Amino acid sequence: MSDHAEHADHAHHHHGKPDFWTHYVFSQDHKMISKQFLITAMIMGFVGMVMSMLFRLQLGWPGESFKVFELFLGEWGKGGVLDPNMYLALVTIHGTIIVFMVLTGGLTGTFANLLIPLQVGARDMASGFLNMLSYWFFLASSVVMVGSLFIESGPASAGWTIYPPLSALPEAIPGSGLGMTLWLVSIALFIVSSLLGGINYIVTIVNLRTKGMSMGRLPLTMWAILITAILGVLSFPVLLSAALLLIFDRSFGTSFYLSDIFIGGQALEHTGGSPILYEHLFWFLGHPEVYIILLPALGISSEIISTNSRKPIFGYKAMVGSMLAIAFLSFIVWGHHMFITGMNPFLGSVFTFTTLLVAIPSAVKVFNYLTTLWKGNIVYTPAMMFAIGLVSTFVTGGLTGIILGDSALDINVHDTYFVVAHFHIVMGASAIFGMFAGVYHWFPKMYGKMMNKKLGYAHFWLTIISVYGVFFPMHFIGLAGVPRRYYSNEAFPLFDALQDINVSISMFAFLGGLAQVIFFFNFFYSIFRGSKASLNPWKSNALEWTTPLNPGHGNWPGPIPEVHRWAYDYSKPGADEDFIPQTVPLKDGEEDIH
Amino acid sequence: MINLLIAIVIILAILVLAKVVRVFELSADLNGQDHSEVTEADNKTQATLFVVGIIAWLSFVIYGAVVWGDLTLPVSASEHGDKTDLLMNITWMIIGPMFFLCHILILIFTYKYYYRKERTATFFAHSTKLEMIWTVIPTIVLTTLIVYGLSIWNEITDAAPDDSIEIELYAKQFDWSARYAGDDNVLGKSGYRLITSENPLGVSMKDGAAADDKIVRGEMHLPVGKSVVFKFHSRDVLHSAYMPHFRAQMNCVPGMTTQLHMVPKTTTKEMREITGNDEFNYILLCNKICGAAHYNMQMDIIVESQEDYDAWLADKKTLAETFAPAEEEADVVVAEVVEDEEHREDHNEDEHESGGDPE
Repeated sequence: MSDHAEHADHAHHHHGKPDFWTHYVFSQDHKMISKQFLITAMIMGFVGMVMSMLFRLQLGWPGESFKVFELFLGEWGKGGVLDPNMYLALVTIHGTIIVFMVLTGGLTGTFANLLIPLQVGARDMASGFLNMLSYWFFLASSVVMVGSLFIESGPASAGWTIYPPLSALPEAIPGSGLGMTLWLVSIALFIVSSLLGGINYIVTIVNLRTKGMSMGRLPLTMWAILITAILGVLSFPVLLSAALLLIFDRSFGTSFYLSDIFIGGQALEHTGGSPILYEHLFWFLGHPEVYIILLPALGISSEIISTNSRKPIFGYKAMVGSMLAIAFLSFIVWGHHMFITGMNPFLGSVFTFTTLLVAIPSAVKVFNYLTTLWKGNIVYTPAMMFAIGLVSTFVTGGLTGIILGDSALDINVHDTYFVVAHFHIVMGASAIFGMFAGVYHWFPKMYGKMMNKKLGYAHFWLTIISVYGVFFPMHFIGLAGVPRRYYSNEAFPLFDALQDINVSISMFAFLGGLAQVIFFFNFFYSIFRGSKASLNPWKSNALEWTTPLNPGHGNWPGPIPEVHRWAYDYSKPGADEDFIPQTVPLKDGEEDIH
Repeated sequence: MINLLIAIVIILAILVLAKVVRVFELSADLNGQDHSEVTEADNKTQATLFVVGIIAWLSFVIYGAVVWGDLTLPVSASEHGDKTDLLMNITWMIIGPMFFLCHILILIFTYKYYYRKERTATFFAHSTKLEMIWTVIPTIVLTTLIVYGLSIWNEITDAAPDDSIEIELYAKQFDWSARYAGDDNVLGKSGYRLITSENPLGVSMKDGAAADDKIVRGEMHLPVGKSVVFKFHSRDVLHSAYMPHFRAQMNCVPGMTTQLHMVPKTTTKEMREITGNDEFNYILLCNKICGAAHYNMQMDIIVESQEDYDAWLADKKTLAETFAPAEEEADVVVAEVVEDEEHREDHNEDEHESGGDPE
């Protein structure tokens, strides 16, 4: 405790009088870094979303020309006709931006930074400087990725998984020239950012908890972020190695992934490598990455559902245990992305086994959420709406995973729209719902203002309508055998009957895009014109609401409060109010739950 | 239906704009009332909307299953496909009720337990019994699914019968070629360094087995009821040979041979009757992003009786025959023999067999 206080004094001296630059730009305050992550991710999310609108325009009305293609894409949309290479570039960069910049960097970067020191009771992150670096690498990575959109040969277009040889050979696709180089540079920077952040998150949660904040009293957001950070630190280096070997193959003539290739009228010298090696390395990150995206959203929703149900989260230990189980399993399921690569069928059966096991802890989580709602006293804040929406999308998308994870069934739905539907619902929608829930819930802590609730409700309903309107019909398109990443289905008369569905999907996609305008408006409007927040607007138990309205660097003006109970004493019998903050000591004979 | 959906979307879009405009009005009376505090009326409204929303969502799911379900793939055209289709249906019967159960619970709980000042939530933090129930039941169900699924997977990936026909499916940007093994049912060796414009598959004519091989493009024929082993090759980037009607798919990987086997059980003619579509054809399409024309990399598959198949194949020229330029025919593209002493030994397919499916 006193150590912390000294550390804080030190920190205060260091940042005595922040000017514009040290306060807003080169800030080492976790709260400012959190805002930087969030706003960068919102901008990136906007870019990724506009891309999806463009390719939905193409998929809804293939063969028609739209001036908007020429407007946005210039040469690549000449005469209003989208170039097939640019179509692939759009889906590639859309996927990359949403997966890495928005749902990894944006989601974890925002809420790990904002919440860790506030919820564990620390003055700041273990290393404010590394934390600042983490953001600047993230920004650099985002800038390079967006920059790659403006080069002559076009951005990377081999899909977000960038499988070689397609990603290694500019002869195979123009986007594998400079565009792919920039993609790899961007992702390398991103990995550095993620590792710097992750190490910091782990160290802070493990070492800087305030007095009384035992691991069993941590809010579930903290557990989720801790587990996420561990996953990231263990798996991102493998992606870095995959990217480095690809850089070697592309630029220095090595043959890690390349062998026996005849392209552009000549046989290449590469021999002995295997693209399958790349797939193994990529998915060794790629699968834990799914949970790196999802777990923080699950943590956030646990916190929000408990708070707004005015009830303790049901099965705290089971929630932590299931997150640990999911995290452990996520390292031994990557092969389910590769059932049909020609991998040994026995290995396929092992991956089927481990993959389907993930459904068990996931089921536990869902039923624990539902039991938390049961006999609650539910307050429908916009954050709560999105948290309940997450439970719905997690169920809907998670269940189809049981089909995809079963190797015998995966044969026929692999790489079809069924997969697109599955992962957009379970990973994309759930994670973005978690992120929206987090923004609505902690906006008062970030800006000292409240967001408009009515716009929040409108945003929620339009978003969930468009999510299901877009992705639910895609299951059927996939079950009809339509592959993903097709510029147009017109080459196959068998798929003609599905075109009406594609039109309605595109309409819902535009509606979804429009709905996000409401959110952007509400967000920026409320920063400046929102009504002033009260100290604890959601009547929450967690420690972050014990800080002043706009906490300075150091978070608590006085000593860091001591924690006496877990974060979920809502509606506890015998208490005067329906919540008891963690700082309130236990009464005589009161049961300490954790 | 589609016009209705478009109309709904347009109406919702107008509502969005109306909402945005309304915010400007709200900003005018900012000092008046609080636009952030959730009132009892809000709770009641949103709880009701959850009921409406979830009923709409479940109806949408049922509508999709009924209407769009008809647009999905017809019955399987291969023997193993019947088994995977059964597994698929059983899986749907498990996850469908779970989906409805969870959403109906959300519906009930969100409506029944919305906030009212006089109510108090039940302090219920833990129950070992309940948690055991929803750990053990999913475990039993999933174990059953795993065991059943893997038994089918093992059958599908088991060694092909000895009397299977061998066909090489050769992928390149952006088309497919099929090489039939000929009378000896052995594919001649090939290597990527042998590829020329006349020998696009790089078949080595030094290998006696290659002489009777036949290469076809555009359309591939298969005899009904006979096991076929496909050997997959790619010369440039990853491709994936996807034959949705046969529930079959395998990646084509440069530098490596992959394979699968299946038994087509329904002829094209029969499937035309089943689907009621006189122009129906089985298709092979590329299902791994491979470049600009990925979306149009296809081949038709014709399944027919053994006699028709034999007649069709007999009509095609062997690699040895196509050496005589006079016999070259426009509808069949075949490879010319290239004798390349230097490379032939080093770059044959055996070298890479180890990476493929074990038999």
